[in-house]
Amino acid sequence: MRDSEESAVRMRAKRPRRGRTSRGLAAVAGLVFLYLVFPILIVIPLSFSSGTYLSFPPPGFSLHWYQNFFGRSDWLDAAYLSIWIGGAVMCLATVLGAPAAIALVRSRFPGKNLLVGFIISPLIAPVIVLAIGIYFFYARLGLVGNPFGLVIAHTCLAVPFVVINVSAALQGFDERLEHAAMNLGATPWRTFWQVTFPIIRPGVFAGALFAFISSFDELVVALFVSGSTAVTLPRKMWESIRFEIDPTIAAVSTILVVLTGLMFLSAELLRRRSERLRSSLALPDAPRGEALPEGTPVI
Amino acid sequence: MRSTAITASPRRVRPRMSHPALAVPLLVYLAAFYGYPVAAMLFRSIAEPSWTIENFVKIFETPVFLYVLWLTFRVALVVTFISLLLGFPVAYLLARMDRAKANLLMMLVLLPFWTSILVRTYAWMVLLGRQGIVNQFLQWLGAIDAPIRLLNTTFAVYVAMVHILLPFMILPLYSAIRGIDGNLLRAAEGLGARPIAVFRQIVLPMSLPGISAGCLLVFILALGFFITPALVGGPRDLMIAVLIQQQVELFNWPFASALAALLLAAALSVFLVLAKRLGIEKAIGRARQ
Repeated sequence: MRDSEESAVRMRAKRPRRGRTSRGLAAVAGLVFLYLVFPILIVIPLSFSSGTYLSFPPPGFSLHWYQNFFGRSDWLDAAYLSIWIGGAVMCLATVLGAPAAIALVRSRFPGKNLLVGFIISPLIAPVIVLAIGIYFFYARLGLVGNPFGLVIAHTCLAVPFVVINVSAALQGFDERLEHAAMNLGATPWRTFWQVTFPIIRPGVFAGALFAFISSFDELVVALFVSGSTAVTLPRKMWESIRFEIDPTIAAVSTILVVLTGLMFLSAELLRRRSERLRSSLALPDAPRGEALPEGTPVI
Repeated sequence: MRSTAITASPRRVRPRMSHPALAVPLLVYLAAFYGYPVAAMLFRSIAEPSWTIENFVKIFETPVFLYVLWLTFRVALVVTFISLLLGFPVAYLLARMDRAKANLLMMLVLLPFWTSILVRTYAWMVLLGRQGIVNQFLQWLGAIDAPIRLLNTTFAVYVAMVHILLPFMILPLYSAIRGIDGNLLRAAEGLGARPIAVFRQIVLPMSLPGISAGCLLVFILALGFFITPALVGGPRDLMIAVLIQQQVELFNWPFASALAALLLAAALSVFLVLAKRLGIEKAIGRARQ
């Protein structure tokens, strides 16, 4: 509402000098957008190249590199392993993270900020630190090269995404809906599944999705911990980039760009749905969370 | 915060939907598989081969290692500065648009944000290679006669790292600038302030929290970068994370641990500044969406 009002005022106040400044600004911003997006798109035409080396423009069209990916067991095995590990990490991180987020948002106790900081710290701390810590730990336990070891380590890195997204879904959640359910005789368990969960569900799903992506993409921990028996897709890509650099890697990258795009879109839709659900299901004069700018999925 | 009207009746204690105990499984998990391994690794840096600070002394006494520290710091600083310079116009433009349009354009920032770092780094290897598009373009322009070396240089490290870290700068800047009341800008303009004056006296001071959040965040993340400098950097662009990996491969585990302890301490102290400025929850929220 305020926005349309604002733009109406701005319309009237338009002046030539301001127009020039904002046109200059738009030009700079346009170049930055190009810088952000162009490198990602350039990989796509390369993946359909008929040449054996990464030359541009491609000499002709072929699906050779996709055939190479889908026909070679080392690539496919790596992809399956990454999907499998990502799925396991997604489940584990959600089961551990969602209840913790509920507990942390709803309760107050001394040292809470410190605990929240500890849970989120895998996002801030340099991954290499966690990676070598876990590597030394696994070396002693004999877990290097074991896919379960990767699941365990990736879950530490993925859990903050679940906690952040579920916390966001709980911000401004009208607790009186739960009180109403319980006053009407519902058990806490039933209240959770019939009232709380349906409202925070988009946040839980978005967190789970991000957890999957974070594991699916993870390279640094995998470099140390995957050994030669648990080669994930990013690890295989890393080796391919370093040692054989042929357009197969472009084909893999294209598949990943498209997949991430789709997953990212669904996570974004989930987030918006979560916002809508929260605002439409709040009782009148309910305490509302601070309005956040859309498009910035801040917790 | 919570409404007290309903709870006023003292007949029975209202059952709470949640309990702090729900966080216990996660805490135990993280303590066992994250806290303990990292703590043990840090311990190794002072306890092996025997109780000693030798590993740390070695870092500060060897010129090569000092150079790595200096280079890491310099790269992080330059990357932060360039990100701010490029990110600000974008954030400003988006924040002044109406929301529907801004959300649409924001996709252009968020899509690269979620694309694998490996894929993005690889894209820069393709672009900057000897036969890459950038070299071809420069030759076509007539700026150079023969392909020049772009890949495996410090320049390539800057270009690729800024590309990867720019969204972390744009997002906090965007929310800070969004928060500025447009009436202030219009009032200033109405009173005859030139665009430069409006920028310096209103926009800049009021977006300062976003600027410091974005800068500290990009700086922390840049300090620990591994994949990008390892792939597009030259032999002289040895950042600390790459050095740590090399030392682990050489089985200098206590020394690698000392380097990691130093990196962690640097990242944490910058983060504490961030947390202090913004309050920990906001700082964390901005850390990564």
